[in-house]
Amino acid sequence: MSVLKALVQALGSGGVRVVDLTQTLSEDFPTIVLPPEFGPSAPVRIERISRYDAAGPAWYWNNLSFGEHTGTHFDAPAHWFTGRDRPLGTVDTLPVGHMVAPACVIDCSAGSAADDDFLLTREMVEAWEAEHGLVPDGAWVLMRSDWSKRTGADYANLRDDGAHTPGPDAGCIRWLVEERGILGFGTETIGTDAGQGGHFDPPFPAHHFLHGAGRYGLQCLTNLHLLPPVGAVLMTAPLKVHEGSGSPLRVLAMVEDNA
Amino acid sequence: MTRKKSNPLLRTRRPLLPPGARSRSAHLLTAAAARGDFVLPCCAGCGRFLWPMAEGCPACLSEVGVKAAPQGARVISATTAEVPAAPYFRERAPWRVGLVQMEAGPQAVVHLHPAAQAGDKVVLRLVLDRAGQAVLNAGPEGGEMSDPQWQAMVADPRDRRVLITDARHVCALPLAQGLAKAGAVTIHCGLPEAWKPFPGRAALQAVPGVRIVPLDVISDRSVADAATDMAGRVEIVVNTADLPRPGGLLGPVAQVEARAMAETVQMGLLRLARAFGPALAGRGADGDKGGVAWVNVLSVFARAHPPGWAGYAAAHAAALALSHALRADLAAGGVRLVTVLTGPTEDGWFQTVDPPKVTARALADAILKALTNGLEEVAVGDVAKDLLARLEENPKAVERELAQGGLTG
Repeated sequence: MSVLKALVQALGSGGVRVVDLTQTLSEDFPTIVLPPEFGPSAPVRIERISRYDAAGPAWYWNNLSFGEHTGTHFDAPAHWFTGRDRPLGTVDTLPVGHMVAPACVIDCSAGSAADDDFLLTREMVEAWEAEHGLVPDGAWVLMRSDWSKRTGADYANLRDDGAHTPGPDAGCIRWLVEERGILGFGTETIGTDAGQGGHFDPPFPAHHFLHGAGRYGLQCLTNLHLLPPVGAVLMTAPLKVHEGSGSPLRVLAMVEDNA
Repeated sequence: MTRKKSNPLLRTRRPLLPPGARSRSAHLLTAAAARGDFVLPCCAGCGRFLWPMAEGCPACLSEVGVKAAPQGARVISATTAEVPAAPYFRERAPWRVGLVQMEAGPQAVVHLHPAAQAGDKVVLRLVLDRAGQAVLNAGPEGGEMSDPQWQAMVADPRDRRVLITDARHVCALPLAQGLAKAGAVTIHCGLPEAWKPFPGRAALQAVPGVRIVPLDVISDRSVADAATDMAGRVEIVVNTADLPRPGGLLGPVAQVEARAMAETVQMGLLRLARAFGPALAGRGADGDKGGVAWVNVLSVFARAHPPGWAGYAAAHAAALALSHALRADLAAGGVRLVTVLTGPTEDGWFQTVDPPKVTARALADAILKALTNGLEEVAVGDVAKDLLARLEENPKAVERELAQGGLTG
């Protein structure tokens, strides 16, 4: 039996489940906040054109507007200065083959529950590898923090000195990129970096190292607790925005029941 | 709560208006009443005061303008209209009217305080009636608030429910405090982006009657949701939504910020107007404490546009233009649209602007005074007053002076 035929059968029988890792793209979902001297991202806005009413008696449709980095979204290499010269670095050019890839899920939920500024370190990943095997080349690494179970102010977790949300430390993300050849790094928080990542060396190390190496970011993911540590396959196709630095997207994971 | 609940089985009284026709010249009086100034028609030739407005002086045929006049008068005769002919007054009968001799010279038939009798000294005020036209109201000094006829012309917050659309505005707290002191029963305070910290929450919640509600004027859904809850239950809307961002047209983030400011100030007003306007206007005669006013708190940069505040001025100018359409729509219900033009406030975003700046308390007080005095046009702070006066005098000079670095952003 062909691989695709077997996959379709497995999807039909429930042997392979599809898990939605996407937050609903809504107007009140927090977005990244930068110091006001920098240009802000437009928030998500949904403006009704008509809904079976005088503006369109039989049809319902909306105008959408949003920044490229709102909601559950994809960061392309061109998003960061380190990736500006990478070939195929924008969402309209990135290889479609990269849009279907395996995922490793590292459970940081206990640490994140205890410490808003929890950092994933290389040692923690190595401990994970001791149990589940090496992170394979070309895989997504997803940092499960259960942060997606928070909402509103608790989710953004902004204080006087900025956001306090978990993320990888600089050494960990550099090692994952350079030594494990990951395809990208995904989080449940607003950024691939920790909320205080701007104070790390280099600043925003996940952005710095991932995009500098032509790798990707996924953020504002949800339902990571429904994925196995290894074995899930992610489908991550951002909108084909002309020279886009990223885009909101629907992130789906295929999971085998016996995985 | 002293507010009487309405009987849902009875038809809500439809808004009627007092007679509204005026000559073009008479709108000189409308403009003065909108600002709360007391003026009378005055002959440019012989200098005598007139009443009512005339197209030419009856004595010398010279042109007639308006001029500040003494407000004192003595009641010649007083009467009570028990069954007035005009439906608006019939619904509100008995209605007290009187003939007064003004210190300025002319005699006039005026709306008269119920306690005033023939021979009494009274103070005249030029006030906008429910049709938005200037009329003379006479009463004892300081006795306005006890006058039901005066109450029918102003927008007293007492026993009314108010919506302040942006609780993060610098004037929101003193305004809520002032409204509570003035007797407002409920003060809804809209909180945009509730996921961001709101340091003013505790102080605002401590004000009697305050209820913090989610409301983000840049979201259709948020405004619609808020209107679902509140549109039929507020009698005064104070739109404080603002996003002051300094910068000229060519600055690095000017385009992004100009759009954001337009979304908040211009489109925000449009969304609020569409969601709250119809119910507010429709309840203009819903009992004695029906829908009564909509206050737009705008920057004076809506009229005078410093290049250092290019996007901000454009957003406010657009909102001011929109507000005229809203004023016309609300007028059908006898609901007044008040334009408050403020100078730069004591707000971090106006940090680089030279003083004098408007304190939060001064802005709140001006809004309250506009409501209780029935004003329609208010300038707050020396900067706003100065700019508006200079615009009247020589708009080109204002443009040139602002271009040379006035009110740097």
